[in-house]
Amino acid sequence: MASGKARVPVIEGWFTTDEDRPQLLGSRCRSCGARFFPKTGACRNPECGRGEIEEVALSRTGRVWSFTDNRYQPPPPYVASDPFEPYAIAAVELADERMVVLGQLVPGTDVAALGVGAEMELALGTLYEDDEREYLVWKWRPTGA
Amino acid sequence: MPETDRQVAILGVGMHPWGKWGRSFVEYGTSAARAALDDAGLRWSDVQFVSGADTIRNGYPGYVAGATFAQALGWSGARVSSCYSACASGATAIDIARARILAGLCDVALVVGADTTPKGFFAPVGGDRPEDPDWLRFRLLGATNPTYFGLYARRRMELYGATERDFARVKVKNSRQGAANPNARYHKAVSEDEVLASPVVASPLRLLDICATSDGGAAVVLSSMDFARSRRPRPVKIAAVSTVTPRYPNTVIEMPNFATDSSAGVAPPDRPFRDSITHAAYQEAGIGPDDLDLAEVYDLSTALELDWYENIGLCKAGEAERLLNDGDTALGGRIPVNASGGLACFGEAVPAQAIAQVCELTWQLRGEADGRQVEGAKVGVTVNQGLFGHGSSVVVMR
Ligand SMILES: [Zn+2]
Repeated sequence: MASGKARVPVIEGWFTTDEDRPQLLGSRCRSCGARFFPKTGACRNPECGRGEIEEVALSRTGRVWSFTDNRYQPPPPYVASDPFEPYAIAAVELADERMVVLGQLVPGTDVAALGVGAEMELALGTLYEDDEREYLVWKWRPTGA
Repeated sequence: MPETDRQVAILGVGMHPWGKWGRSFVEYGTSAARAALDDAGLRWSDVQFVSGADTIRNGYPGYVAGATFAQALGWSGARVSSCYSACASGATAIDIARARILAGLCDVALVVGADTTPKGFFAPVGGDRPEDPDWLRFRLLGATNPTYFGLYARRRMELYGATERDFARVKVKNSRQGAANPNARYHKAVSEDEVLASPVVASPLRLLDICATSDGGAAVVLSSMDFARSRRPRPVKIAAVSTVTPRYPNTVIEMPNFATDSSAGVAPPDRPFRDSITHAAYQEAGIGPDDLDLAEVYDLSTALELDWYENIGLCKAGEAERLLNDGDTALGGRIPVNASGGLACFGEAVPAQAIAQVCELTWQLRGEADGRQVEGAKVGVTVNQGLFGHGSSVVVMR
């Protein structure tokens, strides 16, 4: 990036850092196939609960379940920019897993043009930065945007 | 057991007014407890069991709220319990007291919840806790409580054509109903235009669509029906308490989660979590939503009150706006909702709130709700939901 700062995930093991095609990392139960995000230590399907758990990359795309625009600065531990930049959050139902996952929208996304059912894809974005590093997190953006 | 054998009497109710008083939660709780004991005509020494609803924002005394209140009232040797289930804590504390009475282990129990809250958004308690989803949702997403309320509200608009004006009308209704409630924090009637002119917090919701956080305290004195007979000829009774958890897969995104369960492998339950909360209470009480005269629902936001109309069975999905706009849920309507003024007029005092809902139904069913009385009310229900999967519903009957 232009800043020349190192780009590091804000949290380890929650998503891949492929700049073009990032994926969320969840858990899959080898016995019943149930998938979870974030990762889980044991299967939470009450009819199973005994399967071995493995890491699995989740669908990169999904459809909007709902969305909102946050206009007020949240309290810590959110690291807000100064001055505070409002941001939007979308709840997106993953195509294959039929699991709704929250994520900030990529800055500049036209929220007014979004609607329930709109196709979205996963992206990487900067959550905040300090003098040495940019801290990356998964974000949602309209497919093809 | 037949339904009537599972009832306990509400002998007394009391509250410390909601506000931003800046004093200790212990003071609010003991004040509410004394008011409830006076209302019951009992002395503190008559109480055999104290059930406290915890607060997590006031240090160690808040985690052992039952004992904290018992000590503040003067050690009496009463048995004690303290519990926490977020916004549902009050209902859980009531359920514990009720179970002890129905088991024959005590005759008289006191249930107390109180809170002192900081200004602004609820924030996670301090310290770095990267394993705690309630910490992580703020850190990784900036997902505040209003974020989730905004998601639910936007979905109502998209699915059912709800408008910001519909949401504003919920606030207008509740602000009028709570205006005469001496325990409410806000007593000013608010207009639609005032709501729509307030700043957007989490679109489509505005500042006046979202409930504040408050200080307050509430208490109830419960007893066995046998004990009640000599004290109150026809006491108001608790006919059911529901503290259900969700069923897998829970497909609605809920605080403080990042994701729902996956419904790819296992079909979602017939009844979503929020619908299941009062359903369990109705079953236990042997009633249905048609039997209700009024309801107190958890209006964390105006739009969420509309969701509750559907979740508790007052109407089908997508019909809540019509119910509101026809005046059905206003005082004088078919089924008044939040006659107390609701969270819109109180603001949220977490561990006290579910107890306060029961106080309101008790006053209503006794005919003592001055200025906001639902005429001839005989059956009421409360509902709310606590973070991390806590259902909370109480059926109160005369
Ligand atoms: Zn499994």
